[in-house]
Amino acid sequence: MKYHRQRIVERIFATIFFICALASVAAVLLICVFLFASGIPAMGEVGFFNFILGRKWAPTDVPPSFGILPMILGSVYITLGAILVGVPIGILTAIFMARCCPKPVYKVLKPAVELLAGIPSVVYGFFGLVVLVPLVREHLGGDGMSILTASLLLGLMILPTIITISESAMRAVPPQYYEGALALGATHERSVFAVVVPAASSGILAAVVLGIGRAIGETMAVIMVAGNQARMPKGILKGIRTLTSNIVTEMAYAADLHREVLIATGVILFVFILIINLCFALLKRRMNK
Amino acid sequence: MRKNFQGRFRGYLRRPGSLLLLILVWLAAGITFFALIYLIAYILIKGIPFLTPSLFAWEYNSENVSMTPAIITTVEMTALSLLIAAPLGILTAVYLVEYARRGNKVVELIRLTAETLSGIPSIVYGLFGSIFFVTSLGWGLSILSGAFTLSIMILPLIIRTTEEALKAVPDTYREGSFGLGAGKLRTVFRIVLPSAVPGVLAGIILAIGRIVGETAALIYTAGTVAKVPENLMASGRTLAIHMYALSGEGFYTDQAYATAVVLLVLVLGINTISAMLARRLASV
Repeated sequence: MKYHRQRIVERIFATIFFICALASVAAVLLICVFLFASGIPAMGEVGFFNFILGRKWAPTDVPPSFGILPMILGSVYITLGAILVGVPIGILTAIFMARCCPKPVYKVLKPAVELLAGIPSVVYGFFGLVVLVPLVREHLGGDGMSILTASLLLGLMILPTIITISESAMRAVPPQYYEGALALGATHERSVFAVVVPAASSGILAAVVLGIGRAIGETMAVIMVAGNQARMPKGILKGIRTLTSNIVTEMAYAADLHREVLIATGVILFVFILIINLCFALLKRRMNK
Repeated sequence: MRKNFQGRFRGYLRRPGSLLLLILVWLAAGITFFALIYLIAYILIKGIPFLTPSLFAWEYNSENVSMTPAIITTVEMTALSLLIAAPLGILTAVYLVEYARRGNKVVELIRLTAETLSGIPSIVYGLFGSIFFVTSLGWGLSILSGAFTLSIMILPLIIRTTEEALKAVPDTYREGSFGLGAGKLRTVFRIVLPSAVPGVLAGIILAIGRIVGETAALIYTAGTVAKVPENLMASGRTLAIHMYALSGEGFYTDQAYATAVVLLVLVLGINTISAMLARRLASV
């Protein structure tokens, strides 16, 4: 009898755990349903192609124009810039940490990378505002709030993501590869760059993809340094607005169709992110094989 | 030792390609390290002189721009978000590690969604929170809306760290417990979870760090009112939003530096504690 009661209790708790585990499924469903349900009708009203290919964003004009091509290009340009800045430095640092680093240096560098990952984006944004913006303004001209400034700052912000994942990918390469290259007479550097790095390439690619995701989704730091002008990109030293900053700048006062169009902007961003996540998951699976 | 160094140096001179790569790799690591030190030192040196007592006055007004109400709001927000996300996340991890069978389709779905959640940027959470909690459920801009939004955001982090901590518990513990006649439930709560405490704690503390530093998910869910919220349905700004507001207004740059110091020290301190806990777990 007692044994029987215990089995029932076990069953009940197993069910409770299962229900808790479904919370994340429910969260993803809710996010998808509510974002798409509030965003897609607005896309229909504006016209899908007018929306994503429209070159003019003027929500308060009569009649208003809701083209988000400037913001899509803004996000793409700033992300590309961040990749150009962050990927070479990040991968080289990861190579250093995985294969070239004296132990005492590693003990300092590893926590430093962890700290870099922990700094809140407002603090990065503030740092960009008070250091990078004046720097660009004085040495390169323009008003300092520009694609270049945002790319530099984002490049710094995605460093920890790229370093951490590439480093563990390189550590996962079997030591025989490296030793074999050495035995064939290659120098240490040549063995690392010509054998270990290619062997870890899918992991490194996964790191870059995740870095792209971070850069596209970053909001507060970009708002503070990119200038936020809703116009087609005019040059690397001119300001620009991204999908993320478009939402935050105008959500405060938007109403009706304008608000729904901003949510639709979020839907486009969300779709970008889902595609990037999918690539990342596929690459990670290949890396584990 | 010295001769060795000379020999290596000569070897590098014969192979300039390798020397160049070596220099590049050191340079990149140097840039990474220098950027971090420069950022932290710059904020600290510029900010610490402005940490005046009036910045910590009990009431906020536009003259003292006190951060005390924001700090109190941050603590409330953190506690409430954890209250929601920690049990859910820990129990999810218990299910995934201790109960789920391998290859189960539902389990794969749960893992997939948790991974998806961890890749969603915070502004999308903010947007969702403002559609769902603020508008559809009618909670308005409030601590409650903000906390629910944040708890979804930190859920994958807590699931992942707890999972790792549970997996690190040796199977002999479980077998020993079963061998003494304990049931599954008792084994999980009396043996497995207690031995995983440092790892679970490290994850929760990391989550606190993310909550404290979060801005984009909170602006349109918890709002930006600069007073201590009277109840859970009132709006309030956390420290990170307070700092964003100060730096955006332009009149308070000195105070923004000081607020940045507090925020930076707080978040970095929290992350360091979490890393120390995780390392202790790894060394045991």
